[in-house]
Amino acid sequence: MSTTDRFIPDRLQSPLERRLKSWESLLLLVAIAIFIANSFASPYFLNAWNLSDATFNFTEKAMIAFAMALLIISGEIDLSVASIIALASTAMGAAVQLGAGTPVLILVGLGTGLLCGAFNGFLVTRMGLPSIVVTIGTMSLFRGISYIVLGDQAFRGYPADFAFFGQGYVFWVISFEFVLFALLAVIYGVLLHKTNFGRAVYAIGNNPTGALFSGIRVARVKFILFLLTGLMAGVAAICLTSRLGSTRPSIAFGWELEVVTMVVLGGVNILGGSGSIPGVVIAAFVMGLVTFGLGLLNVPGIVMSIVIGALLIGVIALPRLWKMWRG
Amino acid sequence: MLKRLLASREILLLGAIMALLALIATRFPGFVAPSNLAGVFNDTAPLILLAIGQMIVILTRCIDLSVAANLALTGMVVAMINVAAPGMPIGVILIVAILLGTLLGMVNGLLVWKLDIPPIVVTLGTMTIFRGIIFLISDGKWVNSHEMSAAFKALPRTELLGLPVLSWIAIAAVLIFALVMRRTTLGRAFYAVGGSPHSATYTGINVGRTQFWAFTISGALAGLTGYLWVSRYAVAYVDIAGGFELDVVAACVIGGVSIAGGIGSVAGALLGALFLGVIKNALPVVDISPFWQLAISGSAIIIAVAVNARANREKGRIILKSAEHAA
Repeated sequence: MSTTDRFIPDRLQSPLERRLKSWESLLLLVAIAIFIANSFASPYFLNAWNLSDATFNFTEKAMIAFAMALLIISGEIDLSVASIIALASTAMGAAVQLGAGTPVLILVGLGTGLLCGAFNGFLVTRMGLPSIVVTIGTMSLFRGISYIVLGDQAFRGYPADFAFFGQGYVFWVISFEFVLFALLAVIYGVLLHKTNFGRAVYAIGNNPTGALFSGIRVARVKFILFLLTGLMAGVAAICLTSRLGSTRPSIAFGWELEVVTMVVLGGVNILGGSGSIPGVVIAAFVMGLVTFGLGLLNVPGIVMSIVIGALLIGVIALPRLWKMWRG
Repeated sequence: MLKRLLASREILLLGAIMALLALIATRFPGFVAPSNLAGVFNDTAPLILLAIGQMIVILTRCIDLSVAANLALTGMVVAMINVAAPGMPIGVILIVAILLGTLLGMVNGLLVWKLDIPPIVVTLGTMTIFRGIIFLISDGKWVNSHEMSAAFKALPRTELLGLPVLSWIAIAAVLIFALVMRRTTLGRAFYAVGGSPHSATYTGINVGRTQFWAFTISGALAGLTGYLWVSRYAVAYVDIAGGFELDVVAACVIGGVSIAGGIGSVAGALLGALFLGVIKNALPVVDISPFWQLAISGSAIIIAVAVNARANREKGRIILKSAEHAA
């Protein structure tokens, strides 16, 4: 929330980078530990098909998390992503009722995501409103529109070939969603770490005024980030709708929390300015493995949410406690 | 000047509420009958109580997304105490509710104060943790009306001078906190911390501790509302008041509380809550499906924050022609 007491490193990269690197390797260790613990805890864990199933726990959320990571690094946030999924899914459902085929459905899903992202981006960058309130508002608005359209009804009857996106397999146990997840991870990794655009995102997150005076079009970059986040929510909506085969207005309820948790767990500073895509990728695996492992142990979903919530606070609190303890 | 601006804002909102009532009255005169308006006020009382707490938290540049979960957890605990010990006097129940709520608020406050974790992360996390704890202690079961003692359910409904106790509690809270915010050091500290944390520090105010007290007050009010909610609706389960935190934030934003901190008043929070309360109660009367409510409160948040930003925008010195707004 507070932008004033954010401190800017007084030297280039190395200490910051080392810290980030260690965070990611720590996270990787955690992921491996959970993997081993899971394989001991349940005899059903080490099964190629079960593991493949487990990836569905996080692939859709992770797709959004990549774009969200960039947005959070730039100092903004989008809490409306789950509601964008609901609206995009509703739009696709409505298109089906009008007799649309799969290609049109894809366009409708992506288009709705882009529109929602553009709306958020417009309000934040053109009107200069704080993104956290704007997206709390659009979070109600987008899902509210789904409720107006659907009420207590549901859209069904998606075409048979539409099922491929959420249920199809590309090769043996490798699902289409997983391939898409891996592809997007590479794309966003390159975008953030290897392009001018990515450097601009970091610059804006560390010092928006400084970035502006060094010739970065701050508002435009932020607008593009909101567009990308909306687009990714659209992609996730296509996958999720295809996987479930139906649309209710409560679809993907509460996902914004899990996406933000994934991003923060991945080492992205919630106040902006630092973070990496590899971190988010590992965080996605950690969360997927935790929820899958607990699921195999018959832990109800709401109890898992305690774990998610504790993870969210814990990953930020523990390093700070450690620092306080060390003096 | 600022004070006049605020006053005019609140009068503007009061005018909007009056206009809304007049509009409804043209077709449904019964809606503005005193008894019905008293009913609307009583129905809005929980929102008013939470909005006052949220207003104070937002004043200090924080946000409390865990209020509804706090309410639900406290409500479940007192309901279970009532089932286990039906003879326990209501005074004790009330104290337990307030204390538990205070404690949960303090957890948020401590994490923000001592560990310096961004409030949105803390309260997103505790929101899910509190909900999860309700599931753990209740085993996912409901506490139903017939299990609660008569005295437990009676308090909020008892009529005093023509108004139910629930309404009187809201009125008392409005008066007490209006006094606290205007006439006490702590009340002024909330404004100082949000208006300019650095200046506040130099005047000897501990910013973190002030934020801690804001969360504590918000928690205490949420705990109190938890008992009132459960006894009024005579049911307690995991999902009561689900998503209510958004209504609370909406009430504050509509009431002119600036999300950037330092600007807001108890009267604003009260009017913002009443505005939403009137809309919510009017929808079924004017025969609009309740499914519209989510979208309407979402739009109200966006419009209100846009209006706020316009009124509160500080004019910067232009040193670059055609400079973009750096957020």
